[in-house]
Amino acid sequence: MSTLTGTGSLVRFIVRRDRVRIVAWSLGIPLLYLAALPEYVLMSDDATGLQARAALVRSPAMVSMTGPGYGTDDYTVGAAVANELVLWVVLALAVMSILQVVRHTRAEEESSRSELVRAAVVGRHAAAVAVLVVVVLVNLLVAVLSAGVLVANDLAAVDSVAMTLGIALSALTFGAIALVAAQVTEHSRGATGISFAALGAAFTLRTVGDMQELGGSWVSWLSPIAWAQQMRSYVDLRWWPAALGLVAIVVLLLVASALASRRDFGGGLVADRGGRADAGALLRAPSAVAWRQQRMSLLWTALGLALMWLATGTVVAQIPQMAESLEENPVYAALLGEGDLEKAFVGIVVLYAALGAGAYGLVATLRAKAEEEAGRAEQVLATPVSRGRWLGAGLVVSSIGTAVVLLAGVLALGAGVAASGIAEPSFGAVAGVGALYLPALLVLVGLAAALYAWVPGATPFVWLVYGYTLVVAMFADLFGLPEWARQASPFWWVPDPLTADVDWVHVGGLSGVAVVLFALGFAGFRRRDVATR
Amino acid sequence: MTTTRTSGEPAVEIHDLRKSFGSVQALDGLDLTVATGQVAGFLGPNGAGKSTTIRVLLGLLRSDSGSARLLGGDPWRDAVALHRRLAYVPGDVSLWPGLTGGEAIDYLARLRGNPDKKRKAELLERFELDPTKKARTYSKGNRQKVALVAALASRVDLLVLDEPTSGLDPLMEAVFTQYVREAKESGTSVLLSSHILSEVEKVCDTVTIIRGGRAVESGTLDDLRHLTRTSVTAVVDRDPGAIAALPGVHDLATSPDAAGTRVTFDVDNAAMGDLLPTVGALGVRSFTATPPSLEELFMRHYGDEPAGEAAADDAARAGAR
Repeated sequence: MSTLTGTGSLVRFIVRRDRVRIVAWSLGIPLLYLAALPEYVLMSDDATGLQARAALVRSPAMVSMTGPGYGTDDYTVGAAVANELVLWVVLALAVMSILQVVRHTRAEEESSRSELVRAAVVGRHAAAVAVLVVVVLVNLLVAVLSAGVLVANDLAAVDSVAMTLGIALSALTFGAIALVAAQVTEHSRGATGISFAALGAAFTLRTVGDMQELGGSWVSWLSPIAWAQQMRSYVDLRWWPAALGLVAIVVLLLVASALASRRDFGGGLVADRGGRADAGALLRAPSAVAWRQQRMSLLWTALGLALMWLATGTVVAQIPQMAESLEENPVYAALLGEGDLEKAFVGIVVLYAALGAGAYGLVATLRAKAEEEAGRAEQVLATPVSRGRWLGAGLVVSSIGTAVVLLAGVLALGAGVAASGIAEPSFGAVAGVGALYLPALLVLVGLAAALYAWVPGATPFVWLVYGYTLVVAMFADLFGLPEWARQASPFWWVPDPLTADVDWVHVGGLSGVAVVLFALGFAGFRRRDVATR
Repeated sequence: MTTTRTSGEPAVEIHDLRKSFGSVQALDGLDLTVATGQVAGFLGPNGAGKSTTIRVLLGLLRSDSGSARLLGGDPWRDAVALHRRLAYVPGDVSLWPGLTGGEAIDYLARLRGNPDKKRKAELLERFELDPTKKARTYSKGNRQKVALVAALASRVDLLVLDEPTSGLDPLMEAVFTQYVREAKESGTSVLLSSHILSEVEKVCDTVTIIRGGRAVESGTLDDLRHLTRTSVTAVVDRDPGAIAALPGVHDLATSPDAAGTRVTFDVDNAAMGDLLPTVGALGVRSFTATPPSLEELFMRHYGDEPAGEAAADDAARAGAR
């Protein structure tokens, strides 16, 4: 087929360009299993260990972090792996697939690099197919290596393969969604945003559905993440949910292909309109332009996440029913006591909201780097604008944006909780918990700023720190991380007023670290060369 | 001009400037002067260090050693104050994706602190630029026009232009040339980095050619021409052997011609005075002397290096025009 000419060369080219990423993902996920398995094996040594764990993961707060709860009646190592890890592996691989697809389709077109490629003997669909091939191969590689790790740890071979393949299909569904999004929008940021919104929606739907009943309600089935979980690996394996993923992928690819054939190279389906000939009165400072550039993504991020947390908040009403069924379980009662279920759940969702706002804050802060590389910073710095003023403009806008995303999220969550008729925790209390995360988020933003100012090439490091924060927040207990390792995460220092008194020393300490990092950023940016690609 | 200028001091004065990026020595002892009120051409092959020099002058890069003075100040330390008095057009203009061209022009002019609506309208008309389009829909040439309009709309003491016409068509280039002349008349100093020789020839008072991070030639165009040779073609009645005997004559060739003997040769400009009586004594039928073109000058300094290829392309383009 002539529209696919050159696909093979492009596949090799992508593999060459991304060899480090591909190796990192392919090894990272199997290592995650390798790190988690010993903990489950350890629990299974003790007669009640795994059963206690099962009771814990059926608590509302944990359901949002785990799965539909298959096998919790007779929790085995395999059932625990399937119930607790599938969600996170799907999320990680979905993020990888989305980023990879957008990176090699829309981002390439936007940068006009692919203009060079397309002018060569390369078919119209070759680039899209090539990146799909690579993403499929990487997901399969991860599946095979992961299954190998699981089987080597004495888990059933068929279930292991089924689970890792189901995960691959779920992740690929999001890759296919990203491919459709890349046809619709003209900008890679828009395509990434749409895809992550879909991922967020899938996460929320699964949480809501799985909280409604053990094994998930019909709402769960709307989420591609659930399809992998619903295969019931290691409990009562069934293959057919995997077919849902296959069908979804085929349909999405057909849609993407139809869209791609209709649009022009470089164009989206939505064309640009003209604008004003003169700038409005407010457009007179770097901060105004930074705001103009970020306001749309801020609006959509805040709105999308707020809707997610609003929906999640309304689920709190289900908790008393869940608690009733749990009360019969003596192990569980011993574990958690009574009355804290709602608070524990709300605490976890606030943590999610903070992580979401943190990701937004890093993306927004690192825009400064793109501005510099594109040469736009150079043009502004050649006018009477000081280095500090330019950097400060970007940081003020990204910091305020981070706060807006965080507060919109926790206010929506509080509203959802209140709307579901729950009095405790109150709306104000929920908002208060969320606000306490702000200093920790500003530490992340400040770290990004300081890295950017001193070693712009090292800014990806801040995502490692972010990932570490996430791992500590989700898996610190499972991995049995020592105290000092937990303290390295800025979120560890955030107090939780729902369960304990606020330690204002921690709040002040975090704020102090943020201030120091910001100051470092300003000091560094004043003395270094401004680079243009 | 309403602003006062530090009298006596050149607009730009660079001495023995050095700057390296890792192991690459971008500037290697560069000297460059732009006298106040003059238009200085800044020529050199790709990668010679022109943009690096300009970025040092704008305080974007910090030099390793040597001295650079800009409008009587230190380009790094006094950047903000100095930038009130200059306007800059980069070689590769990148605009803010969400802003229209008109918004970008107003934004840059407001940052400089002296927006002039009337002048903006005039420039937009002369450069035939539609200010209502979103930045990402502009071609390279149109993005360049946005930066040019923004720079020329401000009344400043110094214009720093880094290959400002590389994306413009010849008509727009003519408009640009006119504005540079006008700027000069109003007392503005101009540093113009360019590959386009006809443009340099039209507007520049002085020229500095840099290569490998150092100035290899600088002076007025006449000065530079003086260093080279003039090509002469003449038809004479008598034996042209006397010409060959003169000092400063090179590459002499003769061929029979219906009217006598055709003779072609190059002569050092300094030897021209001795040449004319000798030729005159031979019975001149026709005489053509071609002064050295800037291209020749240019090629002499650009040549025999891989980078020379690109320069040759530019020279060919300029010659074809």
